[in-house]
Amino acid sequence: MSTVASQTRAVAGFAAARPGAVLAALLLVVVAIAAALAPLIAPQNPFDLSGFDLMDAELPPVWQQGSDPRFLLGTDAQGRDLFSAILYGTRISLTVGVLAVFIQAAIGVSLGLLAGYFGGRVDGLVTRMADIQLSLSTLMMAIIVMALFRAGLGGEALSQFAVPLLVLVIGLAEWPIFARTARAATLVEAAKDYVRAARAVGSSDFAIVHRHILPNILSPLVVIATTQVAGAIMAEAALSFLGLGMPVTKPSLGTLIRSGYDLMFAGDWWVTVLPGLVLIVVLISVNVLGDALRDGLDPRRRTR
Amino acid sequence: MKAFSSGAAFVARRLSQALLVMLAILVIAFAVRQSLGDPLREIMGQAVPEQERAELRHELGLDAPWPVQLVRYVGHAATGDLGTSLIYKRPTVDVVLAKFPASFELVFGASLIVLLLSLPGGIYCAVRPRSLGARLILSLSVLGISVPVFLTGILLITVFSVWLHWLPAFGRGETIDLGVWQTGLLTLDGLEHLLLPALTLSSIMLPLFIRLVRGAMLDELGHDYVRTARAKGAPPLRVWLVHALRNALLPLVAVGGLQIGTLIAYTLLTETVFQWPGMGFLFLEAVTRADIPLITTYLVLVGLLFVITNTIVDLLSLMLDPRVSLEGAR
Repeated sequence: MSTVASQTRAVAGFAAARPGAVLAALLLVVVAIAAALAPLIAPQNPFDLSGFDLMDAELPPVWQQGSDPRFLLGTDAQGRDLFSAILYGTRISLTVGVLAVFIQAAIGVSLGLLAGYFGGRVDGLVTRMADIQLSLSTLMMAIIVMALFRAGLGGEALSQFAVPLLVLVIGLAEWPIFARTARAATLVEAAKDYVRAARAVGSSDFAIVHRHILPNILSPLVVIATTQVAGAIMAEAALSFLGLGMPVTKPSLGTLIRSGYDLMFAGDWWVTVLPGLVLIVVLISVNVLGDALRDGLDPRRRTR
Repeated sequence: MKAFSSGAAFVARRLSQALLVMLAILVIAFAVRQSLGDPLREIMGQAVPEQERAELRHELGLDAPWPVQLVRYVGHAATGDLGTSLIYKRPTVDVVLAKFPASFELVFGASLIVLLLSLPGGIYCAVRPRSLGARLILSLSVLGISVPVFLTGILLITVFSVWLHWLPAFGRGETIDLGVWQTGLLTLDGLEHLLLPALTLSSIMLPLFIRLVRGAMLDELGHDYVRTARAKGAPPLRVWLVHALRNALLPLVAVGGLQIGTLIAYTLLTETVFQWPGMGFLFLEAVTRADIPLITTYLVLVGLLFVITNTIVDLLSLMLDPRVSLEGAR
């Protein structure tokens, strides 16, 4: 009981000291719920091309002259409701970002645990692989791989597999970040008494790593996962902006920014600026939250 | 003498390593060409009867087993021949290298901005860590990291080109031909065109470098030699700039140099936003039009750039820092 109470107090204190982080968390919750409920909230299905009317094309948001009350945030060049497109687009961006980080974490944490627990050759191999992978820029590798897929398969075929491809390409590249942290934390934990005790009573290596070490190294991993989600969302947006990610028929935020960009010089700023703002708000919120978590969970930084 | 020979061994080992990586990149490029491209299309287009194609294929040795072709590809690459572009009908190396000055000047402009702002900014954050200014700079750098580089570009264009009409939004403007190098740095128009793209590109590198400079300086300021210098009565500015900064530059060169791949990716994004006629812009054109020889040539040349930078950074660290351990060279 008392631990729950003290934990609640700790969380409350943590939150009170960081109003920015609380605001960021609230914004993220709102955006995530809106994205998850997109099919219920959105007035239009932005993936159904037959639902658009070219007569509605390039209408401004409702607070501007010449707008149509049916379209809260205006429409794009095909008469697609921008509000619906942003809801669905956010959904895709968040999904790709979170799934990609799951892959990074799964590979990275497993390898990091192995390296930290067994040490020796395993450790050397993992560290070496991580160094090589890190020296290759993730974004550059992702651009190259997606470009080759696009040149080889053509734009049509690529658009069918866009989501799994993006998740894999972004997910496979950044595992070393997780591996390094997991390895360092495992080294510390593995030397502690409770691990030796578990070994003494005959627990298997798998049980020790899985049941004892992993739960104890989770907090630094959570911090990394947060900032990694921001990175993954940004990478997806960049690829889609280059035309190497989500297709126009199934736009993510990056695709919307790209397709709106062509219209900007004609004065239709909203098609590109509004999805851009949503993307920026998401990214800043995730980064602010990640910074706050790092400060809160890392005892060495707490004093500052 | 012993130190010299181990240094020479390190250089030799590092160079052979670089050559090996380059060879690996060529093998990958060859594999991509083999699986995605048809070299005959480069030469004769698609509307040619099958028999003629077969004859030419034999004549060119394209029916040879792939190891033979690989050796030939690497041999040609060593002489600077990586094939012919499908779009431009010219040697791909010439096509890509013709775009190099544009990309280089963009990166150069951005690096200048980064250097001019990150050194004072980072040093300030390190020597006055609790000041309002330092906190402001660090908060702004979170903002800078959070805004994708293409959105920075779009926002700058919206404000300075679409609304204010102060600066051009795309292209390089007027350039002067210096023989092998087309420069936009010598005309006012060219410089005006460079300003927004360079600012955009620097905006994404700046937060990283401010944090790097700050971290490196904080490290150095904690060392005993700084305290000694202070105790001897050296003025603070001299301690920061002459003593600490000089030692802080080393990790900066090392870590900064490793960012070359990321820099190339951001340059590609910036070039796309501003339709800057550089190598990245060309690469994306090659991708949409499935010009496989041009794509692989870009990859090989970017790989070469990457290998050269990394090698230079390693050798620089060796030259600048007598403490770099040469364990591996023994």
